[in-house]
Order: sequence, then structure tokens, then C-alpha cells
Amino acid sequence: MTTEIITDIAEAEQGTSLWKDAWLRLRKNRLALVGLVVLVFMIVIAILTPWIAPYSYETQNLDLGASPPSAQHWLGTDIFGRDLLTQVMYGGRISLAVGFVATSVALVIGVTWGAVAGYVGGRTDAIMMRLVDIMYALPFMIFIVLLMVVFGRNMLLLFLAIGAVEWLTMARIMRSQVQTLRQQEFVEAAISLGLSPGTIIRRHLIPNALGPIIVYTTLTIPSVMLLEAFLSFLGLGVQPPKTSWGLLISYGAETMEEFPWLLIFPGLALSITLFCLNFLGDGLRDALDVRRSKD
Amino acid sequence: MPAALHCTLLATVLLVACGQGEPNVASGNREGVLHFGFGSEPQTLDPHVMSSDNDSKLARALYESLITLNPLTLAPEPGAAQRWEISPDARTYTFYLNPQARWSDGEPVTAEDWIWSFHRSLHPDMGNQTAYQLYPVVGAEAFAEGEVSDFGTVGIKALDGYTVQITLNNPTPNFMRVLTNIPNYPVQRKTIEHFGSFTDRYTDWTRPGNLVGNGPFVLQDWRMGRSVRMRKNPYYWDADNVALNGIVFHTVENRSSEERMFRVGQLHYTDSVVLAKIPWYRAQPDSPYQQAPMMGSYYYMFNTDRAPLDDVRVRRALAMSIDRQALIDNLLLGTALPSPALVPPGVAEGYSPPALLQYDPERARQLLAEAGYPGGRGWPQVELVYNTSEDHRKIAVALQQMWKKELAVRVTITNQEWQVYLNTLDEGDYQVARMGWIGGTGDPTDMLEIFTTGNLSNDTGFSDPRYDEILLEQAPAAIDPAERMALLREAETILMQQAPVLPLYAYTSKHLVQPSVSGMPANVLNIPNFKYVRLDPEIPVWQAED
Amino acid sequence: MWRFISYRLLQAIPVILAVITVTFFLVRVAPGGPFASEKAVLPEVKRALEAQYNLDKPMFEQYMIYLGDLAQGDLGPSFKYPGRSVNELIAAGLPVTAELGLYALLVAVIIGGLAGVIAALKPNTAQDYVPMSAAMIGICLPSFLLGPLLVLVFGIHLDWLPVSGWGDIPGDKILPAITLGSTYAAYIARLSRAGMLEVMSQDYIRTARAKGLPEWQVVIKHGLRGGLIPVVAFLGPAFAGLLAGSFVVETIFQIPGLGRFYVQAAFNRDYTMILGTTVFLSTLIVLFNLLSDILAAWMNPRLRAQFGEK
Repeated sequence: MTTEIITDIAEAEQGTSLWKDAWLRLRKNRLALVGLVVLVFMIVIAILTPWIAPYSYETQNLDLGASPPSAQHWLGTDIFGRDLLTQVMYGGRISLAVGFVATSVALVIGVTWGAVAGYVGGRTDAIMMRLVDIMYALPFMIFIVLLMVVFGRNMLLLFLAIGAVEWLTMARIMRSQVQTLRQQEFVEAAISLGLSPGTIIRRHLIPNALGPIIVYTTLTIPSVMLLEAFLSFLGLGVQPPKTSWGLLISYGAETMEEFPWLLIFPGLALSITLFCLNFLGDGLRDALDVRRSKD
Repeated sequence: MPAALHCTLLATVLLVACGQGEPNVASGNREGVLHFGFGSEPQTLDPHVMSSDNDSKLARALYESLITLNPLTLAPEPGAAQRWEISPDARTYTFYLNPQARWSDGEPVTAEDWIWSFHRSLHPDMGNQTAYQLYPVVGAEAFAEGEVSDFGTVGIKALDGYTVQITLNNPTPNFMRVLTNIPNYPVQRKTIEHFGSFTDRYTDWTRPGNLVGNGPFVLQDWRMGRSVRMRKNPYYWDADNVALNGIVFHTVENRSSEERMFRVGQLHYTDSVVLAKIPWYRAQPDSPYQQAPMMGSYYYMFNTDRAPLDDVRVRRALAMSIDRQALIDNLLLGTALPSPALVPPGVAEGYSPPALLQYDPERARQLLAEAGYPGGRGWPQVELVYNTSEDHRKIAVALQQMWKKELAVRVTITNQEWQVYLNTLDEGDYQVARMGWIGGTGDPTDMLEIFTTGNLSNDTGFSDPRYDEILLEQAPAAIDPAERMALLREAETILMQQAPVLPLYAYTSKHLVQPSVSGMPANVLNIPNFKYVRLDPEIPVWQAED
Repeated sequence: MWRFISYRLLQAIPVILAVITVTFFLVRVAPGGPFASEKAVLPEVKRALEAQYNLDKPMFEQYMIYLGDLAQGDLGPSFKYPGRSVNELIAAGLPVTAELGLYALLVAVIIGGLAGVIAALKPNTAQDYVPMSAAMIGICLPSFLLGPLLVLVFGIHLDWLPVSGWGDIPGDKILPAITLGSTYAAYIARLSRAGMLEVMSQDYIRTARAKGLPEWQVVIKHGLRGGLIPVVAFLGPAFAGLLAGSFVVETIFQIPGLGRFYVQAAFNRDYTMILGTTVFLSTLIVLFNLLSDILAAWMNPRLRAQFGEK
């Protein structure tokens, strides 16, 4: 048993080899690799959009109106006669940015909060988790409206607002993970070795809880993208003529019987991204699984 | 969808077998019950607390004013009063009550009831948001503002047990139409006082079983979030001519849901017609779609206190670079009428609005250059705001692009949640803002009075002494209709020259009506008169052909 | 265990009080007001309205009045629906939303749990990819999209199920439950797959296998208990999200539930209604979080021992 603890600690401390091993394992997972490649492709397209988009995203052709896919407009045009492919490309920029940035905000706050609460326990834990409960129970919409009115509307605030809401569940999951891990022998051993709480959290707890966190992160990105759509739809997010996939989908949903392509293509773009995120998330989870690596 | 779900679903479906059951329309036709798509949940059934136009449809079934309007011609017809006289100076109205008029508990409706009801409607403690409609009556404004506490000073008197006389400050040609609106409906003293005091806003008197009215229908059931159900009032004086046995007002929050309910035969009527579906409905054989002009306009406001919109040339340039016809044909699918003025064309009898702000991009560019922005050079930051909605977004995005194309000026757009938006307008914290207004009486003053100095809804900063003089003094005093209309046209011409507003189009009311329904014609005030509605059990439920 | 529960219940009181206080002042600072409309309200009318609802008093006094009424279980009159009390509105909406939420959770747990567990047994094979990809569809299709799609297909084109309503026509509860549940099914599938994978690689599972127990017994007796802990931790917040998040589904299907009233109250600035539903929901959330903590503790023997000692 003692030797096992020691290898555990050693493994966690050798951060570079852990990530190297993980990368080797990830490379064997074909679906995860496909996911990664497609995601990278999407991100590259998003970055290059202003230079490679086939049309201007705001120039209208009211006489053309909504037209189905054609040789000039591969994905068709929207009710303003604007090229849908261009809209989807520009929408992707915003959706991907919101998804990644807001999720990172949520991730940092949630993981730290949950890990500290779960590790320290006792009264600190009680106070920290009751704060989470309070945040959960607040009327979210009024909260966001106030934020937007008091601080003005800008993208950065949108990221922060969404991140500030999404970290709560992350904190709960992290805390329950840490609570379970804390009972494990290797953590007890680390405590008895006199390592500082910060080190234990960073070196032992977070790496060992990575699996569920990564899975939840891949779940958070889509829900953040949808939340952005909901907020934009309420007038609290992205302002026209800027657009996002979520917004394109909610517009498309209104006319899905008349102009189905306005719903199908943005929906496909979002769905493909989400599928890839999930394949990648699964692959990462398996690749980073500390315990399985010993097999 | 996982396969397991499919199985569960199919199993349940097989048990249910038939989708919608018997459609409401089929059972309604047979039983004489109208299924009316009502939209949002009504706030209240107390006519003196009510403030929304939509809720007033319920009041029109439950209560009856002194007179009522023919739904087709909008001419006044006997209501609780069987006849009336108007004095030659057009300031005194005398109403002779119908002795047959009864409350829904069988008690007679007397002149005293009317005085008591008007008193309640105008009482300052009541907080009645529509009481201002009665301000043409002598002394009403002072009483409602709490300056005078004696209701005896108000020009509403009982001459005897069955005669009511109303005295006005000025001849007010649309007063008969005002009279059919919600602040003028009667409530029964006995009932109100049984459940609370005179001016209580919230007591149980409006509950089913408690509510007493004098209209053709009586409240049967009110299920929050589902429906308000009414049945025919047997004590109504003209009950013999009421064809319906009942009405079910279905409260539906989502417009698309309401339209789908109509499509599967659950509703006789809805005014929630999703724009994108209109071409489809129009193309249907025996189309249930109806559209009618109404007294209402969709426009943008310019804040005349903010640069660069403080310059009238800039305002006119922005207004004259809008191709309204292109907006309407392509984005509104031809469901509105282009309107270069605030008062819609052809709605008010004898009134033709000035056509000053027509589409003229050449002149617009010239005006912009004169204002110091030739070719859009030096154009400052200008922001357009609108309240969040898909329909408003379409217009805003198109305007933004038209200004860019015609004038080479850049305008950013922002949408705000409704309450935030109202606050923004109220504080004048905007440059260009979207607004719509619907008139309650069909007279040009419905629209024009907003822009008088000091009017609480005038958020543009526009103020013109001649305009105020016409609307507040000369037009109200004018007896000759032609003279009055000429004055109003002069006022609107001033307004359009100064251009604190950019009128875009005149609203139309849009309806889906089952073929079995008659007596519910679309009119410019967009108000139904349920007394006239008939259902033909022989006509089948409308079905779409794909 | 009982000490743990009563300790947590005591902790809930300051949480709820804090929620009330923050919400009370938040709604009053937010732009707009309960009586705002595009036809500007005359000042004399506004005065009368504010007097009727105590809004003319200093804010702190309003707060004390509210707390006093609340202590007696009175949530006050709704501003938006004069004549209706907030208690009445909640009492009318809650059973409907709770029923909807229950069916939706049932759909979510059965479908999501099943998909997740099956997937975890043979990771990175078709048995993994197919159920998980299917479960993903729920996340990719937001309810404002899935709802109308289901209505169009099953309600209008096939004419199998009602397009709207709740308890009016037989079968009208099916589509809303599926619409609301599908989002959560995907979440639960992911969490239970991850949890199961984690657990199935633990030493005690290997011990159980070494003892020669059949695989299905290993999974059910030993695997599920540990593997579903993340799911249980998720259920508390999920139920809360379900109550508030049922708004979209309730709107699409014309369901007279609490979610609709809650969100509309926020748009209408119906102060008492926002506060009332918030107080009510926050109490529920605290209770459900407590419940999921207790369940998680009960499923985790080590934590159970810890609570037993306290």
C-alpha cells in the first residue's frame, strides 16, 4: 500500500510526463482526435472570417429576401437577403469566444471555490456553500438586467455575467469530488508528510478530480452558448447586426416552416461543435485518468 | 432522440390514438360557444383597475356602457341608455336609461348606479390609469387630481332616477366613442361594498360567482393561465338578440402557440398571426386570414435635445432616406401601409395627412450636406434603441443599412428589455428610438396630442407654440368638422416639418377567423362587439390544404 | 445523521434571509416599475397606486413590513394581477410545475442514466458512442427549438398528440415532459458515464470481480452506488433549474405553471411576485441541495461514517 501511495505522489508531481502520457493516449482515440481537428478547424475559420468570408455580413438585398441555397449563396440567404454562410461564420466567432471565455471564468472560480470548500471543510465549507446556495436562488434575470444597466452593455461583461452564473454547479461538483478524494489514503499520506493545503489541492486533489471536471466543462460550453443565445434574444447580449449561432438558431426557429435552411445550417454548426467538444472531452477524461494509467 | 424514447412515445401514442380530441371549434359551433384566442393572461376584470387594451375585450362582454358601437359601422347604438340628446353647442349629452336594463343579479341599473360608478372611476385614490379619458368632462380633471374633493363639481349628474347628463368643457367630436371605453363601464355598488371599500383595487369581487355586471355575458369561470369562461346573461335587456350561449377566452402567452391552436381547430378566432405564416394563410383556399387598417402608427422618435439630431436638417435627411415600400414589401410581407405622416392615411373621416417626409434620397443627401456632414463626413456616434422583439429588430437592422447606403452614415443599434426601455425613453437618454401608438377613438388627435408640450408621452423634446395652440385650444373649441380637420392638418404639417418623428407605416389589425363565425368584422378601432357574434353549426372546421 | 440534517436546516435560515434581502432591494433598484407602460401614467395616478401598495414609504420600512407579513406566511398581493395574492398564484402554479418537473426528471433519469451506464460498460466502442451521441441531441436542441419541432411533427403533421394544454386533453403532458426532460437526459448521461467509468476502475470493484460475482451484480450492487454520486449531486441544482427553466416549455405548451409566472413577474417588475416566488424557490433549492447531499452521503460509506461520528 505504501509503495502505491508513493508512486501516486510521484506521478502527480511529474506533471510533464503525465501530460505527455495523456497526449499519447489521446492520440490513440480516433474520435477524440477527429473532434480536436474539427474544433481547431472551426477556431481557425472563426479567426480568419474577416478575411475569407464570401460576403459582407451587413450588406442587405431586401429584394432578394430569404432564398434557399444556391450557387451564389451556398447556404442560402436570410430575410434581409444577406449571405447565410457569412452570417454563420461571423456567428461562430462570437459563439466560440463566449463559450470558451465564459467557461474558463466559470472553471477557474468554480474549481477553486469547490476545492477549497471541500478540502478545508467545517465552518468555511458551510459558509462557502451557503453563498453558492444564495447565488443559486437569486432571480437570475433581474441580476443580469441590473448588471447590464449599471455597467453598460459590452461583450466582456456578457462573458463575466455568464461565467459568474455557471461556476456554481462546477463548485458543487468539485466539492463533492474533493470530499470523496480527501478520504483516500494518498491524500491522508500527503497531509501526514506535511505538505501545505495549497500544494495538496493543486497537486493531488485537482489532478485527480480532472475527469468529472473535464466532462462538466464540455457540458458547460454548450449551455453557455445557449445561455448567450437566450440573453441576446432578451436583448441583453450581442447587439445586431452582430450575431451568434444561438441568435441565428432562435431567429431560424421562428420561421422553421417557411425557411428551414435558416434553422438547419446554424443548428448544424452548433451541433457539430458540441459533438466535437464532447468527443474531445471523453477522450481527455480517459487520457487523464490517473488511476487507469497504472494498468 | 434515443430509441427507448421512441418506444415509450409510440406506446403512449397508441393508447391515446386521437390527437386533439374533438376540436373546440366543432363542439363550440354545436353548442353556440365562441373559443376566442385571447393572448396574455388578463390582469383584472375590474373596469376601473384595468389598463390594457387587450383586457378591455373582456370588459366589453361583461359590462355595457351608456351606448355601444356597431362593430361594422362604429356608429353609436343604444346600450344601457335607450336614447340620448346632444345640445346644439355639442357640450351637453343627456342619456335616457333603458328601464329594462338590469345587473346580472336582476337588479335594475339606475342613474344613481352610473353616478356612483363614474365617481369611483375618477376617484384619486382609485389609481385608475384610464381615468384621463374622462378629462373632457367639466371638472373631471380637477377631481381626479385631488384638487377638488366634491364630486358634485364634476359635470356628471342624475337628472332623475333614469336620466344621466354629462357636460363637457369643449365640443368633443369623438366623445361618444370615448364613452364606450373601460373607464365608463358601471360597477354595482352593493357588490363592491360587500367585498371591500369604494376605492379598493384588490378585493374578491371580480371572482367567479361574485362578479356582477350589466353586459351581455356573465363570468362563469376564471382559471389562471388557462381561460376565462363566460355564459350568456339572462337578465341582459337585449338578451333575445344575443346569439352566443357563451365565450371561452383562451389565455395563451406565446403567439406561435396560439396560431397553432387555431390551425388545429381549437380556436374560432385569434389575432396572433405570426408574420411569416401570413403568405401561407393567404394562399389557402377559403382563407381565414383577414386584415384591416387601424388607427395606429409605427414610428421612430428623434431626441431633439441631442446632437446631431438637434438639427432639423439631419432629422429630415434621416427620414427621407427610408424606402418604406421596400421595408413593407420585403420585411412585413405587405401587411402594413406605408405612411409618411403620423396619422394613418384614410382612417379618420375627412382627414388627409400631409405627405412631407417622402422617400427622396437625393434631397436627403443635400440636407445632410447642408447640416455639415457632406457624404457622411464628420458624422458623430449615433445610436438607435428599440425594445427587444424580432419584429422591431427587422426594421432596425434594415434602417441601419438604408442610412449607410443612402447617406453613408453609421448608426449603431441596441435593443433593451421593455422596462429598461421605458425608463430610457422616460429619461430622454437616447438619440433615436422606436415607438408605436394606437389610438382609442379613431380621431387624428389620438396620435397628435402626444407631441404637445408637457405631454408625458412626448419624449422627443419637441415643443412648438403654434402646435400646442391648435391642439389644446383651437381644435377642441371647433364645432365645424371641416374647420377642425383643417386645423389638425396644419398642426401635423408643423410636426412633419420639424420631424421629431420618423413615421414608417400604419398598423393593420390581423385576424384569423373560422368560417363558421359571423358578426365579428375587423374595424379601425379593432374592438369586437360580442353581442353581434354568431356561429353557424352547419359550417365545418376550417382545414388547411398543404 | 440527524444532527447533520438539523445543522444544515439551521444554516438554511440565514441563506433564505439573505436571498430575501438581496432580492428585495435588487428589484427596487432595477430600472422600470410595476406600473410603467408606454402610455405614461399621470403623476396623480402613480401616487395613488404607490400608496395602495405601500411603495410611498421609505424602502427600509417597506422591507420591515414585508418581513412582518412573511413571518405570518403572507407573501402579499400581486401588483400585476390585482385581486390575486402571491400565495394564491404560487399555490395554483406549483402543482403543475412540480408535476411537469417530475415527469421531466423521470424522462431524464431513465433515459440519461441508462445511456450513461450502458456506455460506460464498454467505453470507446459502438456501445459507448451510439447512446452518448443520441443523448447529446438533447443538449444540441434547446427547448425553444425542440418544443415547436415536436409540436409540428406530432401535433400538426401526424396529429397524434395535442399541441398545447395541461390536463385538458388526454396525452397533452407527453410532449412537454419530453421537451423539458431531454436537456437533462443528456447531462445525466454524461455524468453517469463519467461516474461509472471512475468507479469501475476502483479497487473494490476489482475485488468484487475477483470474488467471482457476475458482472451485472458487480455493476448494480457496487458500481451504481458510487457511479451515480455525481448524478445525485447534480439532481438538486437540476430540480431548481427545472422549476425556473420550465418557463420556455410552459410557454410553448400553454401550461399554467410557476415557471411562467416567475419569469413574467421579472419582466413586469411585479415586486411581490418576484420576491414571493424567489423566497419559495430558494427554500426549495436549499431543501433539495440538502437532500442531494444527504443522498450522496448515504451512498458514500466513508462520508456516512463521518456524519455518524459528528
